[in-house]
Amino acid sequence: MLTSGIILLSGSLLDPNPGLIFWTAITFFIVLVILRKIAWGPIVSMLEEREKGIQSAIDRAHAAKDESESILKKNRELLAKADAEAEKIIREGREYADKVRTELTEKAQAESLKMIASAKDEIEQEKRRALDVLRNEVADMAVKGAEKILRATLDAEKQKAVVNDMIREMSATRN
Amino acid sequence: MRVTSISRILALVVPVLLSLNSHVFAVTGTEGAQPTVHAAAAVEAPVAAPGAAPAVEAAAATAEPAGEHEEKAGDVIMHHVRDSNVFAFEPFGEIELPHLQLGTLDISITKHVVMIWLASLVLLIVAGTAGASVKKLSAKQAPKGIANVIEALVDFIRNDVAKSNIGHGYEKHVPYLLTVFFFILVCNLLGLIPYGATATGNINVTLTLAAFTFVITQAASFKELGVKGYAQHLTAGTHWSLWIIMIPIEIIGQFTKPFALTIRLFANMTAGHIIILSLIFISFILKSYIVAAAVSVPFAIFIYLLELFVAFLQAFVFTMLSALFIGLATAHEDHDEHAVESSHH
Repeated sequence: MLTSGIILLSGSLLDPNPGLIFWTAITFFIVLVILRKIAWGPIVSMLEEREKGIQSAIDRAHAAKDESESILKKNRELLAKADAEAEKIIREGREYADKVRTELTEKAQAESLKMIASAKDEIEQEKRRALDVLRNEVADMAVKGAEKILRATLDAEKQKAVVNDMIREMSATRN
Repeated sequence: MRVTSISRILALVVPVLLSLNSHVFAVTGTEGAQPTVHAAAAVEAPVAAPGAAPAVEAAAATAEPAGEHEEKAGDVIMHHVRDSNVFAFEPFGEIELPHLQLGTLDISITKHVVMIWLASLVLLIVAGTAGASVKKLSAKQAPKGIANVIEALVDFIRNDVAKSNIGHGYEKHVPYLLTVFFFILVCNLLGLIPYGATATGNINVTLTLAAFTFVITQAASFKELGVKGYAQHLTAGTHWSLWIIMIPIEIIGQFTKPFALTIRLFANMTAGHIIILSLIFISFILKSYIVAAAVSVPFAIFIYLLELFVAFLQAFVFTMLSALFIGLATAHEDHDEHAVESSHH
């Protein structure tokens, strides 16, 4: 049957040629085996390697992005915290300063009041002392005056009257 | 700029003119030199011409009254497209290829065997160079030159053909798909070179390649599904009462796939050549320079460029369909069961 088929088809475009089939099969098989070893193996493994490389690069980039985002977040948090801290410190400082100021002014006021009071006391004391001194002086002067008058007039009656007058006067002014 | 475009056109025209010349010589010169081949060609011409190209037949019919002694255009075209034991470099001469015998099998070296070897050699050198330069590359270097070209195609076949059509377990089929793609591609392209012959335009070659795909498909199917799964595949998941119809259909289907691969590649590669030759022969049949300048050469150039595209396309289609058939053969029929199975894991 095969031979009759070959005879039927021979000479046309469909000319069967077992020799050509034989050579094609052998050649193709050898080429397949050789190329698999020398070309497709290295090229495909290189492509796979590169795919893996690209994938890992993408993964790394994603990881780096995540990391940088987390760092940024952390930085923001830190910054916010630092801001809050600074604000707190400023507020505390201000409060302290206020407190110190009010304390100081109160203290100063109290001091000044105290000083005024002591000054007044002193003034009073000085005044009293001055009055005492003055009183003594006046008494001395009066005694001296009386003495002079006594020496000048020696008139008992007159003297008596003068002294009485003087005493009266003095008591009057004193009251 | 203009000079380069002119030189490009010349580069395209010269091969066509050369092949045109060679046919002039084929018509006139080889008459006495090779009576045996011509006798054979004369016998086969009526068989081949109607099936292959009606245009050729018409051309031959018009040529006939011109002279009984002259060879018919159809014969020359057939002679060009078909395999032979002679590698002709007209007008420089020709090489008689050796006849070999293996038992009762005639394993003579023919023109197409030589072209296959040439293609293999080119492929081994190019791919070998690419492989060697890739091996030397570290992961951080970009490939360049020939390795870059090969790598782009390899990546395309691997991802867009093998991975997307076969799916699970595609890795072990990648070397076969790559080899078959590049092998067909180089054979196709070598057929476009002057004095070259298209080995993939020979049905024996495409049959062998399709047989490789067939064997790999069946083996992969058995390996993936087991004997039971393979048998289940043949029933196509239908009710048992339909099996008497389905099983023969599925078995025939196993064979029609490689058959389609065989015919597709063979017909595509042969048709382009026949069209180019027919277009050139129009000017000889009409014996007119105007036709040559206005019709034959421009159209032949156009078909030549189209063939360049077809060379890539058919290599891709063969590889794509091989991958698809492997994917179909290894696919698990019962997806629900498979899903349940995988959910258990």
